[in-house]
Amino acid sequence: MSLVLALALAAAPAAPDLGNTQLPDPHAEAQARALMGELRCVVCQGQSIADSDADMAADMRALVRQRIARGEDPSQIRDWLIERYGDYVSYDPPLSGATALLWATPILLLGIGAWIARSSFRKRR
Amino acid sequence: MKRWLIWAPLAVFGALFAVVAAGLMRPADTAVHSTLVDKPLPSFELEPMVPGKSGLASTDFGRGTPHLLNVFASWCIPCIAEAPQLMRLKARGIPIDAIAIHDKGPAVVAFLRRNGDPYDRIGDDSRSRVQLSLGSSGVPETFLIDGRGRIVRQYIGDIRADQVDQIVRDVAAAR
Repeated sequence: MSLVLALALAAAPAAPDLGNTQLPDPHAEAQARALMGELRCVVCQGQSIADSDADMAADMRALVRQRIARGEDPSQIRDWLIERYGDYVSYDPPLSGATALLWATPILLLGIGAWIARSSFRKRR
Repeated sequence: MKRWLIWAPLAVFGALFAVVAAGLMRPADTAVHSTLVDKPLPSFELEPMVPGKSGLASTDFGRGTPHLLNVFASWCIPCIAEAPQLMRLKARGIPIDAIAIHDKGPAVVAFLRRNGDPYDRIGDDSRSRVQLSLGSSGVPETFLIDGRGRIVRQYIGDIRADQVDQIVRDVAAAR
């Protein structure tokens, strides 16, 4: 038993595992959390890195926390990942040719709704 | 109500049918491709993974000859399937370096003893830091780095026997 404990202690890394350990500064941790919720885990593709239990998601969380602790801006970290994995890695898609429909659809649907409402109100008169 | 509107539901159904049929014919590519292809290799420096073999740094690349950079792990099953292909590429004179993900020295030594050792250098990337900086999303993956230190290709998943000839041609073209 004591041998197991000794081995576990010897194996414990000197630096905290930032993939699964919060930052001491609550403000920085809140910033990191917010960003982690918006980054996609690249192995378990339907989940954010905040939700995923995959090793790689933990590594991505560690990367986010390290860079936040170093004083980097969340948008810089997001851009760093987008540079490597494409827009796919972010759950907050930027406006581009491919995503224009995504952003325009609600407005478009609202417009169609207004048009239908207008024509049906007119008929009643 | 205009006469032609009666056809609208059918047209919508037809469009939806076409979208679904196209999706069935050509299933979506679920692999995450690195967007660093055609860009310079990011700089990194990794400690050696196994005794007697040096670690890996970005400065080891781009010295005139193209290299393969294999991302692997001793715990990864497809990496075992890929090993014979890497040995064949090695036998055809292609230098192969590697980074080992989330791994321990003795486990890698045992893996290389079982499956062959095609690597010139192996870097220890225990926290996937370099893997993330390469835009790689799993093991195994292999990057082709040309003689000027640019990433020219990414092979996702284990390299199959029928890919070996193509990779030899890719390496020759990357000179």
